Amino acid sequence: MQFFFEVLIGGLLSGIMYSLVALGFVLIFKASGVLNFAQGAMVYFAALSVVGCMEKGAPLWLALILAFAIMTLLGIATEKFVLRKMVNQTPIALFMATIGLSFFIEGLAPMLWGNEVRPLDIGIVDEPIPYILDSYNMVVSSFDLFAAGVAVALVAGLALFFQYTRVGRALRAVADDHQAALSIGIPLQHIWALVWAVAGFVALVAGMLWGSRNGVQYALTFTALKALPVLILGGFTSVPGAIVGGLIIGASEKLAEIYIPPVLAEVFGGNFGGIENWFPYVLALLFLLVRPEGLFGERHIDRV
Amino acid sequence: MFYRETGQFKTSYAADQQIFPIRQDRIGVVLLLIAAFVVMPLAASNYWFNAILIPFLIFSLAAIGLNILTGYAGQLSLGSAAFMAVGAYAAYNFQVRVEGMPILVSFMLAGLTSAGVGILFGLPSLRIKGFYLAVATLAAQFFIVWCLTKFPYLSNNSSSGVISVPGIEILGIKFDAPQERYLLVLAIVALLALVAKNMVRSTTGRAWMAVRDMDVAAEVIGIRLMRTKLLAFAISSFYCGVAGALYAFCYLGSVEPDGFSLDLSFKILFMIIVGGVGSILGSFLGAAFILLLPIFLDIFLPWLSALLQLPFDGATVSHIQLMVFGALIMFFLIVEPHGLARLWQIGKEKLRLWPFPH
Amino acid sequence: MIAGLKKLVVASSIAAALLAGATSTAQAAEEQFFMLPSYRVGPYGANGQSWYGGFIDYLNYVNMKGGIDGVQATWEECETEYNNAKGVECYERMKSKAQKAPGPIHVMSTGISYALVDKVAADKLPLAMMGYGLTSAVDGSVFPWSFPLVTTYQMQASAIVKFLKDKNGGSLAGKKIVFLYHDSAYGKEPILALEAESRLNKYTLVQIPVAHPGNEQGAQWQRIRQEQPDYVIMWGWGVMNMTALKTAQKMGFPREKMIGSWWAGSEEDTVPAGDAAKGYMSATWNVAGKGVPLIADIEKTVYGAGKGNLKDTSKIGTILYNRGVSAAVLSVEAIRAAQAKYGKAKAMGPEQVRWGLENLNLTEARLKALGATGLLPEVKTSCDNHEGSGKVKMQQWDGAKWVPLTDWIEGNKALIHPLFKADAAKYAKEKGITPRDCSKEK
Repeated sequence: MQFFFEVLIGGLLSGIMYSLVALGFVLIFKASGVLNFAQGAMVYFAALSVVGCMEKGAPLWLALILAFAIMTLLGIATEKFVLRKMVNQTPIALFMATIGLSFFIEGLAPMLWGNEVRPLDIGIVDEPIPYILDSYNMVVSSFDLFAAGVAVALVAGLALFFQYTRVGRALRAVADDHQAALSIGIPLQHIWALVWAVAGFVALVAGMLWGSRNGVQYALTFTALKALPVLILGGFTSVPGAIVGGLIIGASEKLAEIYIPPVLAEVFGGNFGGIENWFPYVLALLFLLVRPEGLFGERHIDRV
Repeated sequence: MFYRETGQFKTSYAADQQIFPIRQDRIGVVLLLIAAFVVMPLAASNYWFNAILIPFLIFSLAAIGLNILTGYAGQLSLGSAAFMAVGAYAAYNFQVRVEGMPILVSFMLAGLTSAGVGILFGLPSLRIKGFYLAVATLAAQFFIVWCLTKFPYLSNNSSSGVISVPGIEILGIKFDAPQERYLLVLAIVALLALVAKNMVRSTTGRAWMAVRDMDVAAEVIGIRLMRTKLLAFAISSFYCGVAGALYAFCYLGSVEPDGFSLDLSFKILFMIIVGGVGSILGSFLGAAFILLLPIFLDIFLPWLSALLQLPFDGATVSHIQLMVFGALIMFFLIVEPHGLARLWQIGKEKLRLWPFPH
Repeated sequence: MIAGLKKLVVASSIAAALLAGATSTAQAAEEQFFMLPSYRVGPYGANGQSWYGGFIDYLNYVNMKGGIDGVQATWEECETEYNNAKGVECYERMKSKAQKAPGPIHVMSTGISYALVDKVAADKLPLAMMGYGLTSAVDGSVFPWSFPLVTTYQMQASAIVKFLKDKNGGSLAGKKIVFLYHDSAYGKEPILALEAESRLNKYTLVQIPVAHPGNEQGAQWQRIRQEQPDYVIMWGWGVMNMTALKTAQKMGFPREKMIGSWWAGSEEDTVPAGDAAKGYMSATWNVAGKGVPLIADIEKTVYGAGKGNLKDTSKIGTILYNRGVSAAVLSVEAIRAAQAKYGKAKAMGPEQVRWGLENLNLTEARLKALGATGLLPEVKTSCDNHEGSGKVKMQQWDGAKWVPLTDWIEGNKALIHPLFKADAAKYAKEKGITPRDCSKEK
């Protein structure tokens, strides 16, 4: 039982890491209806920029600011040169454009900063907390707790930003109805550029945490694949959905990886590990059959 | 001047409904087929067969498959590579396990197997739409690849999970040389493309388009949604499956499940977006574009950097290739969202009036 | 009209320039062409960068020292992104250039080499797979054109088991070993060998696969924690390695009990893992560092002349860089071996290079003459042994560099080589290949 809880807690904490990436998707989808596949590449770019600036001699805080500035620039450029030109195109065309964008970033980032694998030390050690290990014999990593704390702070910050600032309110207005927002004088294009910058910031946070965990390298772009099932489960438009979805996906995939392969091996014989690659998708799929709009998504009514 | 339908009178329904109603088009198609079947095998080099023409035809077939599903029936799928994998592994198993199995029957059965799997993964489409469905097709992508990795039976107990296909032999004739394999692939692709072209003009195709444009309305006018959608999944997967079998047998010769990755699915999706969603011709154009562009960049950029004496090392050139590829995709989507097929159509319209402005 | 003419002129002059370029390379007398389907972008770009950097640096070095007995090495790279289809395209593109005087082809990808094995046999070009690729090609009677040189995954696994056995006073009975592997052809290859060893040495083997890319291994390591194994043998590649090290740290599993394969034991894997990598061991068939005179000399000669392939010179002397150099050394030595038989100072044809690879005899004395003592083990190939060595060294990461722990350890050849034979025979049967008679080869 205690092992079950250890896996469960480990899974929930991994799930938070997925949520961080999923948040970026949600922000952009909410504001502009674009499923931004380049979010994974942005995570990579952001983390690489931080490391790159630090290699050039900048302290961590300055590197963070510079990386944020770069991500903002990227956001503005994307809005100006890509999205603005693609208004009124189908969502799938926009989606494809973001895949193109991710190729672009995957080439640009290592060209600017080099493609070698680099460590990123943010000063938090990824080791089991001795107290919990001794008294409950359970492994809970301090780093994961820290990541969870960052995620909570990020969501709280975003909530406050959306709720209480002028810009935040404008963002919500745009998310609700583009036309109506335009008609009351909200500059749609500025808002889009802004939301890309915010997504860049989220990517930066995710990149810092993932990067310090696995090293800053190309594989950071794969984090996007971990975020997609979280999105389907939580709904593309819901910030709380991203968090709750992440927790569910994280916990269930870890439990599945531990408990299902032995059962399969019993039936078929052989080795059936590695199901965590598809399990979240199948889970999300089954879930969608019950609720086609995701956990917190908006119900969509079709009219002829 | 030359491309004009004046004077071509249709005196029967059959004539009006033929696949290429304009005489010049028919001549063009015949010329194209002659070029593909006769001129190419004589003129092209081994490199062209092995690295460009064969993969081009195979990817065109896969793109047609995806286009049927996404372009005509409106169901976005990100799992085409997985259905190719099903086809490849199915064909391999039929070939290895059944003594004396004719290869063409294996290809056919591979397509059918893939169609069956396609129907299974098409079921959620009855309830889920749009991006949710797209991400759900990812389930197929990952699940199928995992299955192929995990059941040693499927790879004939190869210790590495990689299958290496036996040679191709039809009626005692061996298809070893690149030209021979090219002709085999060409014949299959041409036939299936013709079938697809006719299918999308038929009742089935029209039902697909009705569902694509608005499924609620389609249901109201009496189209059976379930049947139509699942049929699209089945036929699309059939095409992808045959493409996968050809990919393994006529192109690479040895495949592993990981080769049919999400990247490959995206590549096929790119082909139909760039070529033209909802166009058979577009599938071919898109496949050519996506296949040739990286090769062109690969040859052209190092040459250019050498010519201009740019201080690029190998890595930088590789990175620039990736950037240019991404940028061109975006550029293309901005300039011509309906793809190359649309450009072709515009060209034809212009040609019709040429040289007069109106 | 004028604009059109201009275009025409420009186009034709470009075409002329291209043609001139093509003919000038064709005319040059004695050249050995190395086809390098390399990768410098994508998930494994960092690894490819160091490896091909080392390879090309050595070719440059040889050229600066007068070539391969007067024959200049030329080469061309083609970006594969570690993708099989792209690798095949690159091979097909460069194949015609390599027909005359090829160097051994190096793709540094198990997947691509699988796809090429049949093609090189048909095209008659030598394919070298140094520590990767189709391992049953050790049996040269079935695979005349493919060379899994130095050592194979199976022999390496066996050598690791031997190392652990020696460490435990000569017996592994009752011990538990977890095999954590990348769920691909690469990771699956050693399973048969480890199973055979487990029957022989009476240890319990637990296999845990990690799906590509392996950037999240929480569940796998929780399982390892539950199993409480004595050792973890890891067959990882790319991001999987540092994630494993980090997660081991997170789960409190001692890194001193983790042994990686040679693709899981480079600076690219340990440096990003930081402190988590300290104490971690891995197998390798070449040593790191600039202590080897050859490496130091390459840096001095090639980089001193500004002809170095790497922008980031800190990569010189890393495991993968030195491995690239080692691969190039073996390739060049194979050509030298062929020259000794077929004619000095001449470019060697495909069949001749193949002969050179099959009759390679890189002795300690020759290594010393090259300044490469200790860089790699002695290699002696033959028709029925395309591997030639089967030896690896164990090394340990001390937090800053790889420190060799042992001398060269040879795997259990009597146990492992029959596996290759059986696999090769199965392959020959499936493909309808009639194996050569190795006793008649000379």
